[in-house]
Amino acid sequence: MFELLGIPPQALFGQLLLGLINGSFYAILSLGLAVIFGLLNIINFAHGAQYMLGAFVAWMLLNYLGIGYWWALLIVPIVVGAFGIVLERLMIARLYHLDHLYGLLLTFGLALIIQGLLRNQYGISGLPYSIPPQLAGGQNLGFMFLPNYRGWVVVASLAVCVATWFVIEKTRLGAYLRAATENPTLVGAFGINVPRMITLTYGFGVALAAFAGVLAAPVYSVNPNMGADLIIVVFAVVVIGGMGSILGSIVTGFGLGLVEGLTKVFYPEASSVVIFVIMAIVLLVKPAGLFGRAA
Amino acid sequence: MAKAAVARNVDAAAPAPLLAVKDLEAWYGESHVLHGVSFDVNPGEVVTLLGRNGAGKTTTLKAIMGILPKRKGSVTFEGRELMHAPARFVARAGIAFCPEERGIFSSLNVEENLMLPPQVKPGGMSVEQIFDLFPNLKERLASQGTKLSGGEQQMLAIGRILRTGAKMLLLDEPTEGLAPVIIQQIGRTIARLKQEGFTIVLVEQNFRFASTVADRHYVVEQGKVIDMIPNAELDANIDKLHAYLGV
Repeated sequence: MFELLGIPPQALFGQLLLGLINGSFYAILSLGLAVIFGLLNIINFAHGAQYMLGAFVAWMLLNYLGIGYWWALLIVPIVVGAFGIVLERLMIARLYHLDHLYGLLLTFGLALIIQGLLRNQYGISGLPYSIPPQLAGGQNLGFMFLPNYRGWVVVASLAVCVATWFVIEKTRLGAYLRAATENPTLVGAFGINVPRMITLTYGFGVALAAFAGVLAAPVYSVNPNMGADLIIVVFAVVVIGGMGSILGSIVTGFGLGLVEGLTKVFYPEASSVVIFVIMAIVLLVKPAGLFGRAA
Repeated sequence: MAKAAVARNVDAAAPAPLLAVKDLEAWYGESHVLHGVSFDVNPGEVVTLLGRNGAGKTTTLKAIMGILPKRKGSVTFEGRELMHAPARFVARAGIAFCPEERGIFSSLNVEENLMLPPQVKPGGMSVEQIFDLFPNLKERLASQGTKLSGGEQQMLAIGRILRTGAKMLLLDEPTEGLAPVIIQQIGRTIARLKQEGFTIVLVEQNFRFASTVADRHYVVEQGKVIDMIPNAELDANIDKLHAYLGV
């Protein structure tokens, strides 16, 4: 087998795969944040907690009701998305007339409450959630070993991201969403129910986070802190991609996952900071983000 | 009530107004901009609101649409009170709004902009009829909305509300900043819309243009309607109008 810059290919591709997996979660989560930010102008700090909640609800469905992974993939986004809709109607909607910052503070508080409650109940040691039997095992690709479940995570999140992008950029519904992001007053004056659209959009963004949580449950252990750890990186991804940019959040999510993976191969010491270094550089050079439109 | 009914009988030749605005007041934040605007628009009429900059013409349209958060008075359309309805219900009642800044969405292409306003009543114009009015739009469907020229953007802004089936149009300075040849095209369009039975409230600075399309002119000053001049009597009142508009 060949070597690349002194790195055995198994190690290189193994890390690239890990990067791609992380990138899958970055992409789905930053996509949800971008959709929510675009229309609501609120930085949804509860996003990590909603992702964690997705993993927990999947665990609860399995352990309390005997409902397995595949149904969880469908049910959890609906349940957690509905929970998001209730939050939006009861609390977040009251802050739209105020500065963004208040929405951020509220959702940050909500995140801490959700995490705290689950920490009291389940502790922080993590709960196991096994890989569905259909996806156990793996493929030997010759240059590397690909666990089936990891391949599935990449494919599923890519599919969800592309589908979301398609709906927003290419359909009538998406045109309403883009128009309302740009000028909600005028869209309302055309007879469209913008408040309802905002509520459903928040619910959809939360559902995306919950979907990612179900995908993550067998990869990482189900833990009340799993969202808090991830969301900081995801915010950096969103800043790099450009606040509110749909395509930007997808491309940057996967891209930065890969960059992180490569850093682990070539300079492991920097792997946990590389995304934040890129964020700082992007903020200095192009503050609107790589895909963002300057205001 | 009885008195009003009698008055209507006596005046049976005049139709009931389609849109009746009474003592309309409105605020931007703390600043009180409209101080009691009253005017009527009859079915099939083209009526202008003339006045200087800052007189309250645009605000009047926005207050009718329910876009402003704070307003008072009465706006009835087809006899229905719209004062407490949010903008989307005003639109659903059949009033369409074309804002001064045109409101073309940059994240939508021309076709998406055109198809954006939902149908609120049956009998709106077909896309073909709109292309017939504004042939330029047909060739630019895939362009980004804001890449169009100013004139084309204005055509798009008018065109897209004709699809909705709304028969009452509020047009805010459709000729502003456009070349004379485009202004003529907009004028012909307004005349044709009138023929087709649309009722139009037109906000204008350019009263020469207004006089070519309108039936009556309301003069707005300091947040009130201070006079009404039928178009037929415009020449006789031209000095008065000049004084109002300060030209």
